[in-house]
Amino acid sequence: MSSSVSTQPGEHHHAHHFSSAIAEFEACKQGMWIFLVTEVLFFSGMFLAYAVLRVFYPDMVHEAHHMLDWRLGALNTVVLLTSSLTMALAVSSAQRGNKERTVKMLAITLLCAFMFLIVKYIEYKAKWEHGTLPGHLFINEHLKLEKTPLFFSVYFVMTGIHGLHVIIGIGIIFHIMRRAARGDFSKDYFTPVEITGLYWHFVDLVWIYLFPLLYLIS
Amino acid sequence: MSNTAAAGHTLAHGDNYINHTPGIKSWLGTLDHKRIGMMYLYTILCFFLLGGIFALMIRWQLFSPDSHFVDHDKYNRLFTYHGAIMVFMVIIPLIPAAIGNFVLPMMLGAKDVAFPRWNLASYYVYLTGALFAASTLFLKGVDTGWTFYTPLSIRTQSSATWVLIGAFIMGFSSILTGLNFIVTIHKLRAPGLTWDRLPLFVWALYATSIIQVLATPVLAITLFLLILERTIGIGIFDPKLGGDPVLFQHFFWFYSHPAVYIMVLPGMGVISEIIPVFSRKPMFGYKAIAGATFGIALVSFVVWGHHLFVSGQSEFANFVFSLITMFVAVPTGVKVFSWLGTMYKGSIRFNVPMLYVFSFLFVFTIGGLTGVFLATVSVDVHLTDTYFVIAHFHYVMVGGTIFAFLGGLNYWFPKFSGKMYNETAGKIACLLVSLGFNVTFFPQFILGTLGMPRRYANYLPQFTTLNMVSTVGSWMIAAGLLLTAFYLWRALKNGKPAGDNPWGALTLEWQTPSPPPMENFLYDPVVTDGPYEYRGEKIKLGMYA
Repeated sequence: MSSSVSTQPGEHHHAHHFSSAIAEFEACKQGMWIFLVTEVLFFSGMFLAYAVLRVFYPDMVHEAHHMLDWRLGALNTVVLLTSSLTMALAVSSAQRGNKERTVKMLAITLLCAFMFLIVKYIEYKAKWEHGTLPGHLFINEHLKLEKTPLFFSVYFVMTGIHGLHVIIGIGIIFHIMRRAARGDFSKDYFTPVEITGLYWHFVDLVWIYLFPLLYLIS
Repeated sequence: MSNTAAAGHTLAHGDNYINHTPGIKSWLGTLDHKRIGMMYLYTILCFFLLGGIFALMIRWQLFSPDSHFVDHDKYNRLFTYHGAIMVFMVIIPLIPAAIGNFVLPMMLGAKDVAFPRWNLASYYVYLTGALFAASTLFLKGVDTGWTFYTPLSIRTQSSATWVLIGAFIMGFSSILTGLNFIVTIHKLRAPGLTWDRLPLFVWALYATSIIQVLATPVLAITLFLLILERTIGIGIFDPKLGGDPVLFQHFFWFYSHPAVYIMVLPGMGVISEIIPVFSRKPMFGYKAIAGATFGIALVSFVVWGHHLFVSGQSEFANFVFSLITMFVAVPTGVKVFSWLGTMYKGSIRFNVPMLYVFSFLFVFTIGGLTGVFLATVSVDVHLTDTYFVIAHFHYVMVGGTIFAFLGGLNYWFPKFSGKMYNETAGKIACLLVSLGFNVTFFPQFILGTLGMPRRYANYLPQFTTLNMVSTVGSWMIAAGLLLTAFYLWRALKNGKPAGDNPWGALTLEWQTPSPPPMENFLYDPVVTDGPYEYRGEKIKLGMYA
């Protein structure tokens, strides 16, 4: 969110309309928090749709959710929680100006993010094979209860949008990892690392809700 | 309000934001909030013209009961485009993104908004979305009404998907502007500009931004789900697939009711700026107005159910939503009476901006009070989907937002351009618009109570006279707006220099040259007093004061 460009490694000039680098940092951080609020409200629509679905068709949702593999979901939960930890470590390394450790931690975070997507791919592939796809694409003949396609509509919309956030996160983390390796950040300037961290924790948090709501219905 | 040295201003009159860097490219890629505001202004005015042409076509069709100007299919498209363009492309961004972008950082004594690049991005996001939606004019059009109710919006063979994508994209622009403004207000206030010294326009934009940030994402997910509904049939809003069309209405109005306040709060902010300047009095009830602004923003989030009184919502929910809706009248009343209190015993000057304030107060009060009619469930059941609703909505949106915008446009025109418009032409235009507006929409209240339904291309013969009157009124509005465009254009070309502070206003944006220099101020302003301290006229009045 910064609108100024570093001229030399480790040296950062804050944008002309801010009184100081601290003011700029505070503004960027506040901007990110507000953005995350909009994200919460964006997802809230999907959570509400999910809630309505469960109230309307409790039996169908219960039957359909057995098509999801909770072990893969749990694995992904662990993967993302790990990535949240490494992201937090990356931020604290950046705050201390430890360049090597920042890059290393961001790399592990990236690795976890990719692993999450691979597991997600395995899950989606199974859905494809079973024909349990959203809306008109649904062709599974074993699930007999009425309105079953609705469950998979909601499943794909929620996990799909979340997955999109993971993909965007990968792009951003990759970008700041390169900047960190280039030496753009220091004890005095680590704004992009910090706000990327905020974003990434949010993406993890969404999954923490998605996992039990979709995989662990009883 | 500030100790900025006025004497030095003349030094900088050569170099300003308009001529700082030449060429169209320097505008298209600019990060300057004033230029971005002007780009927004011109673009929005183009869409205002387009939406206005649709309005005139609607009124032309309704001039006689069995008109064949357009057929029913085309008529559906006419009112859909009029509504969608005016709501999503005009009234929502009009005051915040155009005037607000220009004025807000200056009122704060800042050099720019917090995130200038996101500000420019928001403009292009808006433009992309608007062009997406408008491109359907050359495809099959869209005929769902601007509310996109399901299941019609799922089944329609028109190009609804493109309009939905366009509105979805424009939502991001709205969010970016809101986010930018909130951070700007928090972080970029000049030294001494404490919260209780903020101009009320800033308070209004702050509350608006909060609504934009909280409500728009819900519209985004709603439109996104509707797009998926049309493309792969996900079924959440489709009764045939087990979904719930009323759920769509809840989703839609959870955004679109607060959106009404995205449209009107900035207008109220403009009114709050104009009144003390042209009454030469401190604001009566400054804190009450600022508080009421937030009161309205808060209540706006819990009244959406009054759009669903006849949609099968439970009677208990109807009762609750009806009650809460009436609460909107309380903070609104606080504002109206505070404005009147400010004018009371003031030295009122009848310049064009102030005339729009009078029109606003007259028209907006009618709009607000008829809102109470509609909030009453038993009355609403009778009036739902009649012209009464149309009239109420236009009294609030046009009488509220557009009149405030026109007042603000005339008020800040000398600051934007450095030129003064022709006062007589402005007064004639204001008269035409205000009279024309009432001639157009007042008959529609009567038509509504007589039972004339909205959204039909033809009507029963007994409604003819009132409809004719209404159509004639629409020509008066058009004439007034065209005259406004003409005299402002003339003023831009060869208007007299306006001076830095022609109205003798105290807020910071007037304490700098007109048009402002690239970084807004020649000196970093320091604020020592409130924005409306007109007691004793501390400052020298400008030439038009």
